[in-house]
Amino acid sequence: MNQILEKSIFEYSRSGRSAQVQQPPGADVASAVEKIPAALRRSKAPMLPEVSELDAVRHFTRLSQLNFSIDTNFYPLGSCTMKYNPKACNQYAMLPEFLARHPLAPDSQGQGFLSCMFELQEMLKEVTGMKAVSLNPMAGAHGEFAGVAMIRAYHRARGDLARNEIIVPEAAHGTNPATATMCGCIVKEIPVDAQGDVDLDALAKAVGPNTAGIMLTNPSTLGVFERKIEQVAKLVHGAGGLLYYDGANLNAILGKVRPGDMGFDVIHMNLHKTFSTPHGGGGPGAGAVGVSARLEPFLPVPIVGREGDQYRWLSEVDRPQSIGRLSAFMGNAGVLLRAYIYMRMLGREGMSRVGEYATLNANYVMARLRQAGFDLAYPERRASHEFIVTMKRQAKELNVTAMDIAKRLLDYGFHAPTTYFPLLVPECLLIEPTETESRETLDAFVVAMATILGEAEADANTLKTAPHTMPVRRLDDVRAAKQLDLTWKPVNSAA
Amino acid sequence: MPFIPHTEQDVREMLATIGAPSIDALFDEIPASLRIQGLDGIPEGLSEMEIGRLMSERARLDGRPLSFIGAGAYEHHIPSAVWAITTRGEFYSAYTPYQAEASQGTLQLIYEYQTMISSLTGMEVSNASLYDGGSAVAEAALMAVRAHRKSKSLRVLVPSTVNPNYRRVAISTAGNQGLRFESVAYRREDGCIDREALAAYAGEDIAALVIQQPNFFGQLEDVDALTDWAHEQGMLVIAVVNPTSLALLKPPGEWGKTGADICVGEGQPLGVPLSSGGPYFGFMTTRMEYVRSMPGRIVGRTVDLDGKLGYTLTLQAREQHIRRGKATSNICTNQGLLMTAATIYMTLIGPQGLSKVAAASMQRSGELVEALTQVKGVRAAFNGPRFHEAVLLLDRPASAVLRELETQGILGGFDLSVDYPELGSALLVCATETKTAGDLARYATALGAAVQKVRAA
Repeated sequence: MNQILEKSIFEYSRSGRSAQVQQPPGADVASAVEKIPAALRRSKAPMLPEVSELDAVRHFTRLSQLNFSIDTNFYPLGSCTMKYNPKACNQYAMLPEFLARHPLAPDSQGQGFLSCMFELQEMLKEVTGMKAVSLNPMAGAHGEFAGVAMIRAYHRARGDLARNEIIVPEAAHGTNPATATMCGCIVKEIPVDAQGDVDLDALAKAVGPNTAGIMLTNPSTLGVFERKIEQVAKLVHGAGGLLYYDGANLNAILGKVRPGDMGFDVIHMNLHKTFSTPHGGGGPGAGAVGVSARLEPFLPVPIVGREGDQYRWLSEVDRPQSIGRLSAFMGNAGVLLRAYIYMRMLGREGMSRVGEYATLNANYVMARLRQAGFDLAYPERRASHEFIVTMKRQAKELNVTAMDIAKRLLDYGFHAPTTYFPLLVPECLLIEPTETESRETLDAFVVAMATILGEAEADANTLKTAPHTMPVRRLDDVRAAKQLDLTWKPVNSAA
Repeated sequence: MPFIPHTEQDVREMLATIGAPSIDALFDEIPASLRIQGLDGIPEGLSEMEIGRLMSERARLDGRPLSFIGAGAYEHHIPSAVWAITTRGEFYSAYTPYQAEASQGTLQLIYEYQTMISSLTGMEVSNASLYDGGSAVAEAALMAVRAHRKSKSLRVLVPSTVNPNYRRVAISTAGNQGLRFESVAYRREDGCIDREALAAYAGEDIAALVIQQPNFFGQLEDVDALTDWAHEQGMLVIAVVNPTSLALLKPPGEWGKTGADICVGEGQPLGVPLSSGGPYFGFMTTRMEYVRSMPGRIVGRTVDLDGKLGYTLTLQAREQHIRRGKATSNICTNQGLLMTAATIYMTLIGPQGLSKVAAASMQRSGELVEALTQVKGVRAAFNGPRFHEAVLLLDRPASAVLRELETQGILGGFDLSVDYPELGSALLVCATETKTAGDLARYATALGAAVQKVRAA
């Protein structure tokens, strides 16, 4: 890893320097400005860097080298499905015709793109067991929003106006309760039992005439399959509520079991997890939603329809009960193309193997870490595509935390697992290897974990002060939040 | 097996370590009744060679027409280096930078982005992106209601000169929390917010006024007067701007006496390809006093244990993974890679270059309007200054004329008849620096022929 920090791009800037070849020739700024009323003109140029093309290329390339990524490191970040993002998906989604197509171009000038989107809708229906799909939501949380908004719209359309409560297990992703709030619902949290399954008694007490629905991840965020899913569905449906499936962990079951068959009424799929579109350092994602027949009229628009051999966008006119538009155009089209390409390469057999090998890898790493002396949060359970190690004992005996392990792993060239989530397991590491990792990589990770445990026993300080080989050591988060420094300022500036 | 590296021996030995007889046995906690036996509806897998050929065929079907459509997504030159670097695996395949020590590249880049977009919009702070321009308007409305210190009103004024799809997204997103969006008419002579219609809201308890500059018609609003009026009424001001235009136009932070309060917009013009509508990114900037009400991720600069400068996500107590049901928004994944592209674009194009892009776009668009209004039966709908778009009125149905143009390989603009039926047959047209004099002449000639053909039909 590159030890040298890269200075700010603004420190490269020199007044009058530019990448001239990138600028439109013959542009007459003065005469354009004259056409703008004086009061509406900009008086002071924005602080953008003035650098050569090489300065820019070198700076951003160096910045990239300060990152861990799937392409450079094993990245077993639980609940994030950091699997390999095939290069072909990027290359063929970026063909010039796809990139140049304007979102408001007529359907007749987009039959290639629209046919891919239609087939993607169909394939997603098949792998999830849902009746209809809309590709609009631009991330998982956006898909959640669409899902809960549809649940609300469904109850409203039936005149069932009291249903404004969303039930969420305490282990849920933070986006679940935040989404319920964004949809104007009240959140009711319920506990899970000692084996990680939903507490059915608590659920039975929580449901009632105000229940809009329940949001569940299955396998749950505890890394185990919710075994009582059929009883949960029966209880919630019996009370007049609907079931929402958070697709964060769909990779675990792809090709083995489908949310639609478990009784879910609406689901979102994180295409940037299960269908291998890139995470991009924080996005873009894509959070397509799938629904059962009773929610189909409420799907967000636009949706691709097929008439004969022609494809066209279905809008509010075709779907008057739709919850409406969630993006200015049609969501993250280019991400959807990448997911389409991935699914076509995997095909029927490849798709069935995703869940199998993701589960094999997780159970293998779990077994080996147990042998190496780590404690599992749910030792009696099978791992799904991920599992939880708890450092509660070591925290007490050796004074090392899950955070210390995570930071020390970076020194060994492995990205840290998810730490301190789910919140209800103390000192936890949520580990998700994904199916695209080889046995050798998994073995190397286990060796690193065992070595770190040895270090903890010998001298906890090695861990407490880790990482030692990264571009920076542990950062002062308190100072970051107290003395807010959110934009670069010239050294001489008064600000 | 595509992208699965396991040999048969690997599988055997791994199962032995686990103590399971087969991979299938690992699924024994799932009720048997729920298990499926295959995915019959999925086609056979394709090799990379085959998918390459298939996608090239699909792309060819989309063609490469000469397009004069804008309406919220704009064709600009994108330097080759932008996507060459953006798609480097270290940016492309990294996660959200929660592990700061292993993500300094992404974090520093976001910090540099925050600096650039804050300066461009004339505001103090920025987040690390939202989904797109439409969702940014929705989030800004929610933020204004949350941040308003004196009013608890859920009413937001969104004039009809704001992009109609942004208004739709705002309603579908924020309507569930009780926000009410009220429209304000525009003036027929200049296509700008009707100040008399606006005056009817004087003295009412309203959280915010949304002002789009340039507005959806491409016309320039009198942003100083509008901002001051809204502030006198106790409303916050949400600016919706085109980032390219800000090279020449007064930034929202300087509107009126005290500036707009929240600024949002579609970031696509900054190095992001049109790509059928996404992925794009929404930007949001604001005053420091509102930073804790802002949704989305924010990067701050701090020091490490050795006192060395470094970057980290900060103010996370606003966000869903900490605050859960009480967060400022449910947003988690944003549009990081597009923000990355925009940062590289702004760096390569520079302040001079962005002024030239804006100026050339204004010039081309002015020439386009001049050429097209020479055609019999075509005139400009509005007077007054414009940026790089304009509304044209036709004496024949716009949809028929557009279909005619399409047969000539030209996408002639965006038909306004659905969103603004009162205008009659109206087209929103756009030209940017990518269009040549030859392109404009080709359109003018084709339009003359198209109008004539429709008239004869």
